[in-house]
Amino acid sequence: MRLTRLQKILWAAAGLATLVYGLLVLLPNRTPEAVPQADFRPTFSLPDAEGRMRTPAEFAGQHLLVFFGFTNCPDVCPTTLSEVAQVMDDLGDDAALVQPLFISIDPERDRRLGLAEFTAAFHPSIIGLAGDEAQTRAAADSFRIFYAREGDTAAPDGYTMSHSPALYLISPEGDWLRQFTYGTPATDILADLQPRL
Amino acid sequence: MKSLILSALLTLSAAPVLACETVTLGDLNIEHAWSRATIGADRPGVFYVEITNNGSTDDALIGIATPAAGMPMLHETVVTDGVASMPHAMSIPVPAGESVELAPGGYHGMLMGLTATLAEGDSFPVTLSFQKSGEVVVNVEVLSLRAEGPDCDDAN
Ligand SMILES: [Cu+2]
Repeated sequence: MRLTRLQKILWAAAGLATLVYGLLVLLPNRTPEAVPQADFRPTFSLPDAEGRMRTPAEFAGQHLLVFFGFTNCPDVCPTTLSEVAQVMDDLGDDAALVQPLFISIDPERDRRLGLAEFTAAFHPSIIGLAGDEAQTRAAADSFRIFYAREGDTAAPDGYTMSHSPALYLISPEGDWLRQFTYGTPATDILADLQPRL
Repeated sequence: MKSLILSALLTLSAAPVLACETVTLGDLNIEHAWSRATIGADRPGVFYVEITNNGSTDDALIGIATPAAGMPMLHETVVTDGVASMPHAMSIPVPAGESVELAPGGYHGMLMGLTATLAEGDSFPVTLSFQKSGEVVVNVEVLSLRAEGPDCDDAN
């Protein structure tokens, strides 16, 4: 088989593409969400909708279901919060043993738009927290989650947020237990949670 | 007579839910058009729909328009390396013989600049623009904030 010059160039390009793809696959992810054993301690010190500071200490004895999001998010955030709401409904009497938290990664705008009415629309048990930039970054770093403000001229206020959309479970002692990836059905979350309570 | 039978059929069919209606445009079947209730009108709303292309020509959804929002746009939620973002979708392919879903966690219509609160039970029209098939208006049913999609009995 004789290859034309063009065919040789194409084969070389294909080989190079395979190599680059292989390298990209082998490179580490930009977020450490898949950490199997938590060697970190998630924590937060953030004001709720009324401005009262909340820390993990006051939730000692309860499991925490923590979601980082923003209220201007009509697609991903309602899905996860709906699942959290369903889990809380289905827990029945055990609901008191679980505290769901919504931590805003767009705190200034979320406080302006109304944090409490947003969380309450999903479930009255959800506590919304929205701090300043430093408090928010510190909380996200301790959970090892990623969020960023992205300029977008077409978006409301000229920006939107990208963020880790998973749900995090924290033990009554404040230890990181696991994450539920985005889209985990409420029944699966419930099945994992109930034996722990 | 024909219309009589049709209206009789419509009356008989159980739970005439708007989101479960099917609209046809050429080879395209459009159904399950729904939205989520919003809290006020300051945050964007969302629009979901399912499009089936029964023809032999590829088509694409290239735009949406609605009196319900000043700036409706097509978006796609993508989760890359555990980070979710929602870039604009210039066009959503509707390949021949396939179905495409605008559904939570994927493609969606982003309804920015809502003209009014979307309340559960409301409905509003959305005009879909297709590359090949042209335009069609669908009625979008507003479901609860916690809804994950319409409950349609597609068997009937
Ligand atoms: Cu969007």
